[in-house]
Amino acid sequence: MALAPAITDLEQLKDHPALARLLAWDAAAVQSAKFDRNELTVYIPKAAIREACALLRDHRDCPFNLLSDITCVDWYPNEPRFEVVYHLYSISKKERVRLKVKLDGESPVVDSVTSVWRGANYFEREVFDLFGVRFSGHPYLRRILMPEDWEGHPLRKDYPVEGYR
Amino acid sequence: MILNMGPQHPSTHGVLRVLLEIDGENIVRVMPDIGYLHTGIEKTCEAKFYQQVVPLTDRIDYLCPMTNNLCYVLAVEKLLGLEIPPKAQWLRVMLNELTRINSHLVWLGTHAMDIGAMTVLLYCFREREDILRLFEAVSGQRMMTSYFRIGGVALEPPLGFFERVKEFADRFPSKVDEYENLLTGNPIWKLRTKDVATISAEDAIALSATGPTLRASGVDIDLRRDAPYSGYDNFKFNVPLGKNGDVFDRYMCRVKELRESIGIVKQALEGMPQGPIKADAPKVVLPDREKMKTQMEALIYHFKIVTEGFSVPPGEVYQAVESPRGEMGYYVVSDGTAKPYRVHMRSACFANLQTLPTMCEGHLLADVIAAIGSIDIVLGEIDR
Repeated sequence: MALAPAITDLEQLKDHPALARLLAWDAAAVQSAKFDRNELTVYIPKAAIREACALLRDHRDCPFNLLSDITCVDWYPNEPRFEVVYHLYSISKKERVRLKVKLDGESPVVDSVTSVWRGANYFEREVFDLFGVRFSGHPYLRRILMPEDWEGHPLRKDYPVEGYR
Repeated sequence: MILNMGPQHPSTHGVLRVLLEIDGENIVRVMPDIGYLHTGIEKTCEAKFYQQVVPLTDRIDYLCPMTNNLCYVLAVEKLLGLEIPPKAQWLRVMLNELTRINSHLVWLGTHAMDIGAMTVLLYCFREREDILRLFEAVSGQRMMTSYFRIGGVALEPPLGFFERVKEFADRFPSKVDEYENLLTGNPIWKLRTKDVATISAEDAIALSATGPTLRASGVDIDLRRDAPYSGYDNFKFNVPLGKNGDVFDRYMCRVKELRESIGIVKQALEGMPQGPIKADAPKVVLPDREKMKTQMEALIYHFKIVTEGFSVPPGEVYQAVESPRGEMGYYVVSDGTAKPYRVHMRSACFANLQTLPTMCEGHLLADVIAAIGSIDIVLGEIDR
């Protein structure tokens, strides 16, 4: 089975409920979109992520009410360095969408979505702990997996696999 | 008063530490503290070839190794665009459901023991032993099976394996009756579990809970049915739902799932297709031993896969499966080389644990034990 090439043309993708809702709200809220291997990815500007999430959660026909996951990818040494990845799932319509926000490596900060889903709490703490990305408005942004006094953020690409000795 | 429960506490199922702020016997605040088992598996994955990651996925959740194997290999197969032969798919489904039973049996036994019903553990571990022997027969390992490979499964099941599974599947439903006889109608069990640690559907969804923890609150969600993978659309099964979202409903959901799972195992046995167990992709799947001795190309491919791995087209994939605890997801990013650029495991219990404060605050101290047991946590998966 050969892989179909990724679709990046917004015109062809605008029927997807998530993308349609975001475009109807504010065309500037969609930087770009990609449909690859049956999965839709939408790039959102940093300032709009919280509102975009709230909008998709309260979507009338296809509410993306379950926050599956939040994680991060480090593209060091490229800039913008970090991509924070949100996976949303609609329980009633069984649809998935992936939102992405690009952050620079100097001071990676993005709005927390804990006010949209309380469940974002642990996921954002994990990303903060392992990547050093800060979430403004998070109620309790502390390390969650590593010890409190740990130095560095282990999942960054410039952190050695064996750790510092 | 602040009370420290764990990390060494028999009913926290591993090394969960819970800080409890209490007022007499009443819980004011619950603060779970995790990370004691963090081993950096996600970081380790980035330093391994794609096929070398499979044994690491077992170690995340040691109660359902096959589910984690499956989720990871499905994600990589999706990245590669590989087609898996039907026999391998059906074998995967069958073993996955056995894994679900295995995991639920450990949960049932330990959960009942936490609440004070000692006998159930002995009954559950009796049947669990049978399943572990089946795993040993098929993969050579009781717990860390690593039986699924990218492109199929590792080996043909041994002679007589299906007969053994059938014998187990015929016997098992009467054993579930035994567990239910001990618990379901038991007045003490009902007192300890009914209307204890309730959570509403809205709260559970807002807290990203999945699996039986969410279904017990009446939310109809099951990824095996909603987003079928590995040929689950060929199987008929019900999704048991609860109503009140209390400990008893979560218990009933899982016990009913035991019966549904054994039904799926029977269907898989009856309809097991014939044919190959590995995909036809010589650059990804290791060749047969026999071919290696007779064909030059097979030997070259084997050497290449083992020494340099295989490259995966760039892209990213999020694959979710229904693990015994909820949505287990693997997010794999490829940059076109032989090693994954990023592997992220979306752990079901990591998210489900967030429901603990909502369940317990305002209730009694003794109910915390029942609540922790009813979420069915595995610390290896939470901490990774």
